[in-house]
Amino acid sequence: MNLQRSRPEISLRLREALNGYGFIALWVIGFVLFTFVPLVETLRYSFHKVTVTATGIKLDFVAWANYTRGLFTDPTFVELLIGYTVETLVSVPIVLIFAMLIAMFLNLKFRFKGLFRTIFFLPIVITSGPVIRELTAQGAASAPGIANVPAVVEFLETLPRALRNPVEYLLTSFILILWFSGVQILIYLASLQKVDRSIYEAAAIDGASGWETFWKITLPSLSTATVVNAIYTIITLSHFSENRVIRYVYDRTYDVQGGIGYASALSFLYFGVMVVLLMVVYFSLMNWARRGNR
Amino acid sequence: MNWSILHHPTVARLRGFIFGSRAHHGLIFNAVLYSLLIAIGFVYLQPLLFMFITSIKNPNDLLNPMVQWVPTEFFLGNYTKAFRVLDYPNALFKSILISVTPSVLQTFVASLVGYGLARYRFWGKRIVFVLLLATFIIPPQNTVIPQLLTYREWGLLGSPLALILPAMLGQGFRSAIFVLIFYQNFQSLPKVLEESARLDGASDLRIFFSLAIPSALPAYIVSVIFSIVWYWNETFLTVIFLEGGTTTLPMQLSRFAQAYENLYPPGVVNVFDRINEAVKMSGTFLNILPLLVMYFILQRWFVESVERTGIAGE
Repeated sequence: MNLQRSRPEISLRLREALNGYGFIALWVIGFVLFTFVPLVETLRYSFHKVTVTATGIKLDFVAWANYTRGLFTDPTFVELLIGYTVETLVSVPIVLIFAMLIAMFLNLKFRFKGLFRTIFFLPIVITSGPVIRELTAQGAASAPGIANVPAVVEFLETLPRALRNPVEYLLTSFILILWFSGVQILIYLASLQKVDRSIYEAAAIDGASGWETFWKITLPSLSTATVVNAIYTIITLSHFSENRVIRYVYDRTYDVQGGIGYASALSFLYFGVMVVLLMVVYFSLMNWARRGNR
Repeated sequence: MNWSILHHPTVARLRGFIFGSRAHHGLIFNAVLYSLLIAIGFVYLQPLLFMFITSIKNPNDLLNPMVQWVPTEFFLGNYTKAFRVLDYPNALFKSILISVTPSVLQTFVASLVGYGLARYRFWGKRIVFVLLLATFIIPPQNTVIPQLLTYREWGLLGSPLALILPAMLGQGFRSAIFVLIFYQNFQSLPKVLEESARLDGASDLRIFFSLAIPSALPAYIVSVIFSIVWYWNETFLTVIFLEGGTTTLPMQLSRFAQAYENLYPPGVVNVFDRINEAVKMSGTFLNILPLLVMYFILQRWFVESVERTGIAGE
């Protein structure tokens, strides 16, 4: 009796699982073919000297030579990596604060909201490598005029080098940084609209000021969105085709010396730094979110 | 001073008008709000305005330091040159081809995967999620070289298929985001509907096509639009895979100066026909024009369905 009842039960579950696998099968094949195999292959290249011949490629094992070269003998790469880390750490908080601010504006009721919304989401559509490159080349991407004011230039020169670079980056690429916040605004806006209106009403009745409401209600309810946004920002900045590290790695691919093997090692070093950055930002934000929600 | 005047109805109304009340924002609040919005809006639009205004300057205006924001005439000469240099109709067609086709395919596959993850219980789902995130995080240059070598072997380099194949298998540009959007969407689909369809003898695929897809139309539209935009703007992969075979608008823009000098050799043409910022900006503007048109036509739709799909993703 018991046995008879449980057999169709098992086959039903099995059928469900098989159907589920059916739906994701295409993706699994794609993952193996276009992500997993190439990733492992790139890792293998990074330990070899790769020579491209007419018939295929020739690999000579060189152990860690490509990695040590990237870290210890290539001054440009390390400098670019440090620059990338600093720039990312400067940009992420700016993008987050700015996106949160805009999302809170767009969550209010006011006239011409549609018009402003259209403007604020515009960068999602037009941010592409070549467009950004042309605009930066023409100086249209810096904060309007600030970077060229003599007083500012003098002030910058008094700063220590470690501090000057991020500030200079901030001034020259201010608009660029803001342009990377389109999707983040959307994410914040969507999660703002999920907050229950009645919480705000209750807070207002209890006499909470707007300032208090922001810190006690709005910010904690945006903590998940903040984590998502931070990760999204880091990844878009790191994958952006105008990213100097990426361009450097790409150029190395065609070098006679080192070539593909060296470029592969560099991409893994870059990937490693990016993962560390992601983890640092992720865990510090999670920590903050947990404290805020308590 | 007699404070009781503050409670007079007219004064109270005036105070409400200036400082706002619970029902509406006050004058000060509005003033601050609009000035901030306008300032930020200007920061956003400034590069675009700059681009457009520079692109309609004639060579004299460009050299004249007095002419900043208002050109003396609406000069279209730059556009005719940029149009020729970009090989516009051809590059536009190629751009549309390599952004729309992978987008539609990748959206469909992402919806299949999202549906499978949201509606079925099976072993290994967590692993799939982790791998999905991994595909989003792994930088393209960590996988691109072996792909390039394989494509070269198969003779696919330069063909749009080099971008279409990964998209067909759910490994297109930022596919993971779309899978997550669909995952969230399909989770909210009531189980009852599915069960009654199953009782009526509908197969799983049938349920997907006739129940799930119509319920998730906004998600489909958002995904296709975002996907088109991202494919259009993506230059790292397109340059590597399509170089030599297919030339898209952004690719043509990246080698604008070179293409310009091929058409208008610097030694031959007169000084006014040399390459200048105005021509470059015309090229840049022509490059984003199709996306701008799409955005302004679809923007209302776009924002509303983003809000409805709950792109926030927990």
